[in-house]
Amino acid sequence: MEGKVMPILELKNVSKIYNGSTKALSNVSFKVEEGEFISIIGPSGAGKSTLLRCINRLIDVSEGNVVFDGEDITSIKGRKLRQIRTKTGMIFQHYNLVDRLSVVENILHGTLGRKSTFRGMIGSYTEDEKKYAFEIIDDLGLSDQAYKRCDELSGGQKQRAGIARVIMQSPKLILCDEPIASLDPKASKVIMDHLLDINRNKNITCIVNLHQVDVAVKYSSRIIGVLSGEIVFDGPPSELTQEMIHRIYRSDSSDLITDVSGGLYEQ
Amino acid sequence: MSSKQMSVFKKRKYTYLAVFGAIAFLYLFSSFITKFNMEEGLIAFPNAAIWMAENLIPDEKAFERLPKIIDKLIETTLLSVAVTVVAAVFAFFFSLFGSKTTRINGAVNRAVRIIASFFRNVPDVVWAIILMFSFGQNILTGFFALFFTTFGLLTRAFIETIDEVSSSSIEALNAAGASFMQIVFQAIIPSAITSIITWVLFMIENNIRNSTLIGILTATGIGYLFDMYYKRLEFGSASLVVLSIVVLVIAIEMLSNLLRKVIR
Ligand SMILES: Nc1ncnc2c1ncn2[C@@H]1O[C@H](COP(=O)(O)OP(=O)(O)O)[C@@H](O)[C@H]1O
Ligand SMILES: [Mg+2]
Repeated sequence: MEGKVMPILELKNVSKIYNGSTKALSNVSFKVEEGEFISIIGPSGAGKSTLLRCINRLIDVSEGNVVFDGEDITSIKGRKLRQIRTKTGMIFQHYNLVDRLSVVENILHGTLGRKSTFRGMIGSYTEDEKKYAFEIIDDLGLSDQAYKRCDELSGGQKQRAGIARVIMQSPKLILCDEPIASLDPKASKVIMDHLLDINRNKNITCIVNLHQVDVAVKYSSRIIGVLSGEIVFDGPPSELTQEMIHRIYRSDSSDLITDVSGGLYEQ
Repeated sequence: MSSKQMSVFKKRKYTYLAVFGAIAFLYLFSSFITKFNMEEGLIAFPNAAIWMAENLIPDEKAFERLPKIIDKLIETTLLSVAVTVVAAVFAFFFSLFGSKTTRINGAVNRAVRIIASFFRNVPDVVWAIILMFSFGQNILTGFFALFFTTFGLLTRAFIETIDEVSSSSIEALNAAGASFMQIVFQAIIPSAITSIITWVLFMIENNIRNSTLIGILTATGIGYLFDMYYKRLEFGSASLVVLSIVVLVIAIEMLSNLLRKVIR
């Protein structure tokens, strides 16, 4: 029945203007249902990172509304905002781990938002939390790295630690800002497979910024194309035509490296 | 080679010429104004060296005073350590408000930077002279004079350290809903601690050196001893004071290098 499933996220006419002049987003609107795996594609500077950060309010929107989990979060602050953020995990291109702490300490950071300030400050975690952290470490194949400092890990391992931190947080929605942009194809596949696994098996909604169209087509249930701060495509991968791709990337077919019909990872 | 490339090289040549010309001009101009004469300076040099060799070698009397010198040296060292550590604690919390990455509002950011810059740019000797009016020739005068400059300098250094080493992890913990103090203790301190320790050790070294000068003004610590021997024309003893400071500072520098290797 229509209206029965409440969207987990809704953006209504969201605009973002930096420093009163740069218009990074204009009138962006879309709804996200629970369990979707959405890729946001577009050339660099299109506004993908800005869009993602408006959702968890790392950036304040200039106009419009963000509704998450039935609540208007456009201008909430302080403790209320932190509570919402515990439900939205984030994964970054540059992993954003605390390099000088061990992998397991970084993963346990996923619980900070739910802890009392003091317990979080001194890094006091319950036995259950620690047990769960090591389960996640096992699942992500990081057992040998658990006690290593993060600056001793490879890029792929760092990103797996980033994913582990987000799983530890048990959010309803995961925002990924170019999670594989700094990784080689093999590590990229591992990371995307993990994200898909979380999405399918833990039923966590994922929104992933990507600049690889082939990866977006392969993994997502829905693709949103962004160009100059505007949504120019929103639909399933099957509807994403070559023409549309060229429009999004403002290029002739000869300029484009990515070819959707190609063998993806098989080469 | 295209004409554009040519012009790049020409431009570089002219830049070098201009810089060289400016240096030569500055030298001649300032020598003229201050009546500084390089030749005279160079001729005076051997005489100065001979005088130093004759008078500045510590004599027997100087070595008899070594226990007293060491005593004052320890006092000065402890003062410098205390000043630096206290200033570092204040500077750290202050710098959190000056760092852009902690996302505290922009006006506070700028205010902190300006205040730190003020404390840093007034020389400690000037602070000492000003403070002498309120505290007199007292160890407190030296303490606060060193405290103010150390505080200003460390605040600036810590702001830069925090911006550099922890901005990305601060963003991640913010995104996970961590609170400000949690971010400070779980991301900023672990990331910045090596830099912080290096800066603190460097400032301890600096403050030992500077407190000699301030001690002359405030008649306290190792500076007082130096001043006294110097005024009594006991140059051997005065130079032993200087030598012992040099040895101490080098020892602390070696210690801090060692520490840095251990804590990585
Ligand atoms: N903090 C900022 N201040 C000013 N302009 C910004 C800032 N962040 C991004 N922008 C601008 O906003 C636009 C969108 O940037 P971004 O969201 O990073 O795009 P993408 O992630 O798609 O590459 C760009 O023109 C960029 O220069
Ligand atoms: Mg981006």
